[in-house]
Amino acid sequence: MQLQCPLPKMDFDVITLGHGSGGLLTHQLLESGVFDVLKNDLLDTQHDGAVFSLEGKMAFSTDSFVISPIFFPGGNIGSLAVHGTVNDLAMCGAIPKYLSLSFIIEEGLPMNDFWEILLSIKVACEEAGVQVITGDTKVVEKGKGDKIFINTTGIGTVPQNANISTKNIKKGDKIIISNSIAAHGIAIMSLREGLSFESEIESDSRALNGIVKTLIERFGEDIHLLRDATRGGLASVLNEIAQFTALGIEISQAKIPLEEQVAGACEILGLDPLYVANEGVFVAFVAPEIADKCVDLLQTQAGSQAAAIVGEVVEAHPKKVVLTSGIGGRRVVSLLPGEQLPRIC
Amino acid sequence: MKFLNEYRDPELAQKYLDEIHKTATKNWTIMEVCGGQTHSLVKNGILSLLPEKIRMVHGPGCPVCVTPLHLIDKAVHLATEKNAILCSFGDMLRVPGSEKSLLEAKAEGADVRILYSPLEAVKIAQENPNKQVVFFAVGFETTAPANALSVIHAQRAGLTNYSILASQVLVPPAMEAVINDDENIIQAFLAAGHVCTIMGLSEYEPLVEKYKIPMVVTGFEPIDLLQGILMTVRQLEKGEYKLENQYSRVVKPEGNPEAQKVIKQVFEVSHREWRGIGEIPLSGYAVKPEFADFDANIKFDIQLEQVKECPDCIAGQVLKGLKKPNECSQFAKKCTPINPLGAPMVSSEGACAAYYHFSPPTPEGEESTILAEVGGQIHD
Repeated sequence: MQLQCPLPKMDFDVITLGHGSGGLLTHQLLESGVFDVLKNDLLDTQHDGAVFSLEGKMAFSTDSFVISPIFFPGGNIGSLAVHGTVNDLAMCGAIPKYLSLSFIIEEGLPMNDFWEILLSIKVACEEAGVQVITGDTKVVEKGKGDKIFINTTGIGTVPQNANISTKNIKKGDKIIISNSIAAHGIAIMSLREGLSFESEIESDSRALNGIVKTLIERFGEDIHLLRDATRGGLASVLNEIAQFTALGIEISQAKIPLEEQVAGACEILGLDPLYVANEGVFVAFVAPEIADKCVDLLQTQAGSQAAAIVGEVVEAHPKKVVLTSGIGGRRVVSLLPGEQLPRIC
Repeated sequence: MKFLNEYRDPELAQKYLDEIHKTATKNWTIMEVCGGQTHSLVKNGILSLLPEKIRMVHGPGCPVCVTPLHLIDKAVHLATEKNAILCSFGDMLRVPGSEKSLLEAKAEGADVRILYSPLEAVKIAQENPNKQVVFFAVGFETTAPANALSVIHAQRAGLTNYSILASQVLVPPAMEAVINDDENIIQAFLAAGHVCTIMGLSEYEPLVEKYKIPMVVTGFEPIDLLQGILMTVRQLEKGEYKLENQYSRVVKPEGNPEAQKVIKQVFEVSHREWRGIGEIPLSGYAVKPEFADFDANIKFDIQLEQVKECPDCIAGQVLKGLKKPNECSQFAKKCTPINPLGAPMVSSEGACAAYYHFSPPTPEGEESTILAEVGGQIHD
């Protein structure tokens, strides 16, 4: 969904240092821009912070977004900033409630771009059922930033029947991937490299809290761990879990959902999809008895229709992720030392 | 993914594996020449599926690994001291120079850019007329045509701010150096498919005849490699030696004449130093004198002190197939992708990196020595 509200009249076409000065321009930007678009009772108090009460166990998470390019197929830095923190809360089993929103803007950012990002934030918040209740806007000199950076911090409530923790993982747990992997990273890389495909590859950026809520309502504590496979992709998440639990992880390459077009782009760009970032895919470690039902349920939900069981937790090879390749060979899947770099030939 | 999935078919792979197991009656040592083949073998777990009788040894075909230290230092110097825009394929960035890698130079503020094609570098030169743009032209015969073409394009566009820092090496002289090594143990070769796509087969016939050694030009997908290994083992078992072409869907006997023409226009064969191996006569390409304006080696007079390699690194022996990466005393100890002692640990085609990232699983219960070193990472 895309909102098409016109940009309110501003005195400048671009963001200037004055918009971060705290003076008149800041007020103009906030009053006719941010506050108006993201309107809610708590934000409307325009105080230094928001005062609210929440009951019971809570989850709290923060994330910063520095993506380049800021607009990409399937979203922009604004929607991503909402999805990112909402998903981190969802991975704690929480129901996300409130977000803080901080902009660090490089002077010269077109006002139209800022407006589009703001509208995307509004839509993403509505879709995820969260409210922005406090925030901050800073402007830095040209060259001291990269168009716009966003930080969001979120708070959510954890339902009684949710118990998501790495400590719950046991031998025999099944590992489920919620959807096809690598679409976000490839959408961004294709854009950076100017590659085009028969049909555009879109980022998978989306809020996962709805899907997670459904899963927890149905299966409760049998969902042992949830993790979104963002930076570093599936391989990195699984490695972190293997190392933390000192258990082994077995996965099968043939079972990992990967769209053909994304697979093709990975071949062209020389990237391993296991390490490519996702923004709308999570890994679930679940009790073996419910694994099939869990996948069945996921497959009925938008955003997880390609869900599949891809492996299980074992006692053998502690701390290691071992993959059975498409032709049946076995190898360790390790952490990358840094970014994936495209190869020579 | 059509034309790729067919070469990753598990049933077909099993048939080839069964046939290899049946055919091999003696112990054989086979070298896959290209680093891309090494990675495919390890990444697809093929080494764990081959019979113990077949020992695959990894060859020198990793262009990043054999690029001399002083050339990396030169590239770093151009980016940091000469204020040039230094363009490179991604692989080169992490390779350690004597003081720093290009990636470290980039982090310190140098303008280092990762490109997929040297022609993009020509475009950057056109867009930045006040800056010198240098492309780090690393590679085997596979990258030579595009690198040469970039020089031709730059000349045609009348650019005076574009040059290449060439480190072009050739496969056949390297294979000959491997065979002639006193400690050589290689009994057959899987020749590098992509190199032959450009150069054809004619350079390899004389090697087969002279050294009476079986050679199969092989591709990079699992089925390619298994088929190539089977063809090689069949020759070895029969006591034959001939040149065969497994990768005939891509490699034509004459290669790619157009590409060869472009190479000849810009480059001439020259002696080359190979990192870890030393100088191999007539084993590389240098920019011809008539294109000297586009040769960064000539255009920028850079005199750097010759620095010695780390004495603990056995990259030379690994590149010649004399040692396997995990036979190095520093492997996964002092030498890791984060703190590499030599280039094969960081290049995506380097044998040490392949072993580090995709090593076969250790037996049940055994503590991982490799991953423990990488350490944890704060997640999103």
